[in-house]
Amino acid sequence: MGDRYLLFFLMGLATYIPRALPFVFLTESKMPSFLKRFLDNIPSAILGALIFPGVLYSAGEVYFGIIGGIVSLIMAFFELNLVLVVAGSIGAVYFAKLLLL
Amino acid sequence: MGVDSLLRLKGMDLKKGFLDGVPIALGYWPVAMAYGLLAKSVGLDFFECTSMSLMVFAGASQFMALNFIASGVGIGEITAAVFLVNLRHFLMSLSLSPKMLTQHRGVRAVLSFGITDETFAVASIKEKYLSSSYLAGLEFISYGSWVVGSAAGYAAGAFLTETLQESMGIALYAMFIGLLVPLTKKSRKALYIGVLAGMLNGILGLFISRGWAVIVASVLAALMVPKKGKEE
Repeated sequence: MGDRYLLFFLMGLATYIPRALPFVFLTESKMPSFLKRFLDNIPSAILGALIFPGVLYSAGEVYFGIIGGIVSLIMAFFELNLVLVVAGSIGAVYFAKLLLL
Repeated sequence: MGVDSLLRLKGMDLKKGFLDGVPIALGYWPVAMAYGLLAKSVGLDFFECTSMSLMVFAGASQFMALNFIASGVGIGEITAAVFLVNLRHFLMSLSLSPKMLTQHRGVRAVLSFGITDETFAVASIKEKYLSSSYLAGLEFISYGSWVVGSAAGYAAGAFLTETLQESMGIALYAMFIGLLVPLTKKSRKALYIGVLAGMLNGILGLFISRGWAVIVASVLAALMVPKKGKEE
């Protein structure tokens, strides 16, 4: 049905425009230094906001989210390869679910 | 530097982007499959399901759109909601932009399509400067996993047990933690900013929508810790 494809196209635009605008039109030379300092802080800020509180609700009941979060914290602290951190956390949550459910 | 060695460098960057994208692809796969499954259950056909992933490439918005479609919400309202949910990518794009080596607008226009929470997180933590080949590799494997996973979810249905499916929900969060924690070990400032942003997001989320909470919390946290903290 054509209406749906029109919807997907509009959704695509609504997603693409915020992604594209700064990327295409803002290059480093035009940036004032306070903006650069602010933008330097953005990755850790966004990561913090993406992790919490979302992680709590990511694997069913909250305590499974907490278990997965703690396991990934530990593996991340030892700076293991990201694939290992991801796989290990999935494994830990799965194991916890098998034990506790 | 000769053309040959330049090409070889580009090849290496592409490969590195690909490899750095593996955890994203792993994390996307179960989410994409869940999306495909839900798309089927709300009555989309296979091509509609896959086209939405091809054209939009944004997890949260696509799930939201499925719910809206199922409850008969109009096109204009869905589009507006998607726009609001994805406004945070503006901030990510703004933050990645000065790190891009190429100033070529066409290349930037293409690569900006692939900026998601996850590709942003990996690109900004793993690399100081971004070559277009690196970003292309990173985005391609992520996008591929998203699109193929959506199609597979639709076609295959639920072949994972519910327990395993739920367990895999931790994947992308584990990746974010795996990216942030090493950063906080090197920079005290990153630790303060990350913790502050998470706390603010938790509090704001009680009052405003998730999309806005992430934006406001990140901007506030990034502004509230302005001085150079102790590095190393």
